[in-house]
Amino acid sequence: MTGIIASIIDGVLVGSVYGLAAMGLTLIWGVMDVVNLTHGSMIVAGMFGLYLLTEFVGLNPYAALPPVLVGGFLVGLALYWVSVHRMIGRPPLMSLLSTFSVNLVLIGIGTAVWGTVLFNVQVTLPGVSWGRYTFPGTHILAAVLTAVIALCLYLFLHRTRPGKAIRAVAGNRTAAELVGIPTTRVLSFAFGLGVALACVSGMLIATLFPFTLLSGDTYQLKSFVVTVLGGLGNPAGALMGGIALGLVEGLVTPFMPVSWTLVIEFALFVVVLIVRPGGVFTFRRS
Amino acid sequence: MLRRPFFWIIALVIAVFALAPVVSGSVQLRESLLLASIYIILASNLNLMLGYAGYVNFGSIVFFGLGGYICVYLLGAPGWPLAAATLAAGVVVSVLALFFGLGILRLRGAYFALSTIGVNEAVQAFVANFAPWGGSSGLYLSSALFAPLGGPMRALWIIYFFLVGIMGLSLYLSYGIKISKFGLGLLAIGQNEDAASVLGVPTPLYKALAYSASAFLPALAGGLYFFKSAFIQPADAFDLTFSLEAIVIVMLGGQGTIAGPAIGAYFYEEMRGWLLTSDTFSNFQLVAAGALLLLIVQFLPSGLMGWVYGRWPQVRKVLE
Repeated sequence: MTGIIASIIDGVLVGSVYGLAAMGLTLIWGVMDVVNLTHGSMIVAGMFGLYLLTEFVGLNPYAALPPVLVGGFLVGLALYWVSVHRMIGRPPLMSLLSTFSVNLVLIGIGTAVWGTVLFNVQVTLPGVSWGRYTFPGTHILAAVLTAVIALCLYLFLHRTRPGKAIRAVAGNRTAAELVGIPTTRVLSFAFGLGVALACVSGMLIATLFPFTLLSGDTYQLKSFVVTVLGGLGNPAGALMGGIALGLVEGLVTPFMPVSWTLVIEFALFVVVLIVRPGGVFTFRRS
Repeated sequence: MLRRPFFWIIALVIAVFALAPVVSGSVQLRESLLLASIYIILASNLNLMLGYAGYVNFGSIVFFGLGGYICVYLLGAPGWPLAAATLAAGVVVSVLALFFGLGILRLRGAYFALSTIGVNEAVQAFVANFAPWGGSSGLYLSSALFAPLGGPMRALWIIYFFLVGIMGLSLYLSYGIKISKFGLGLLAIGQNEDAASVLGVPTPLYKALAYSASAFLPALAGGLYFFKSAFIQPADAFDLTFSLEAIVIVMLGGQGTIAGPAIGAYFYEEMRGWLLTSDTFSNFQLVAAGALLLLIVQFLPSGLMGWVYGRWPQVRKVLE
């Protein structure tokens, strides 16, 4: 029994990081109605960012967070202008196809350069023991950092002018433009922010598990599941959704081979979409 | 239908595909036309969702792979004959798609697109763990299975003719749907789903039917394709590249048209051949396909056929 509880707690710790990834996806969706299909490759970009910064620059893994955040933001800005800007206001089909194609280009270049071998970043942190079980320090620190970043994001969106501008554009783009908010700048900023969150979550995931260039697909699917659990366009819900997904993973792992989790998560995704398409953790909008 | 010129154009294309390798006796030509047929099958069935109803299906290869798996499995241990196994694969995949579609297609645009990406990942993960289908190592067929078709050499020709037939059926299916009331409903959904629904188009049912219809022929083609290679494994059966290529072909040729996917398949096949033989680019096939898709989406969203229609409007009467 304690084994199951330990597995659930560990699942929740890891799940919060999935929540962070999904926050990036859902922020972009909420602000500009674009599903960012480069999300998976941006998670992988964060992973490789960590790998390159620790391996070749010799940074401490957690000191790599600020450069990955800033780098992710800049990459996000570039992606906005390349793939999304011309698609704003066009049918959703077009922005899906356009971000999908950019994703393929990025993955294609990545596989040609690095191949699909397994990478691993060694991070040693003392764990916390509980009876016979030890929670790895990396998992705890990742969850703590996620909480801090989520809090910062909340404060940014609710307490600062640019954050309020983002929320205004998400609420009603035309009205925001009428009151003098530069919407194009806000959209590109929000896209950059969303991508930066994806990169940071990828970086944190890379401190937990080994990864390949194609890991993005799995984590992208997890992000979709989390986003749908939390309700598309709802960052607070995304964190709750991530924790819920981690809980499910923790609950399932003691009973089933790990390779089945993707099937179960997808089944969950379909069931939630059909039963509660608005999301499980949707709160009244303030 | 018989009085329309386009019907006979399709018939001509099928005849050329069927006869060209026989007349020239070239196996190389047959193999390249076989690949072209598969591209056309995948693209024109994807077009039913993407072009008509405006719903992008990122996992269209699931139908192909699942059809292949069901067919190869039935041919192996239960020992079904080829025709029965292939048809069973088509029917099973279509019915699965209908049920899945009825559930998922009540949802709009982005949600549906997300679920189709998930379908591919989840089905692949399921098959890789499913012991009766050989898990991640896949299923093999014994070469003795080619004997009822008159040996491997003749079997390859027979498979080719069947695939060309399926390609023809795909084109006629696209055409038949387009000129039917059902097709009109789908096109209405593609333009404005709310308006279509208000005007009495049963949108969830129509979308699910289109999804299911777009599953049948690719499943048949998958069955034959993997019978031909006598081997199937999850990585080949659910190769995302095929899904991507089908999307590129539809967008390149012109979404919503029937000739578009066929012409797109031809151009894509040419480009791919050139990329694979060029030393610099052989590693960058995915990059080139992605970049091509990006350019089409940004600058030529109605594809080659859209451009032709804009330039020579009278073409619309002949090539649909």
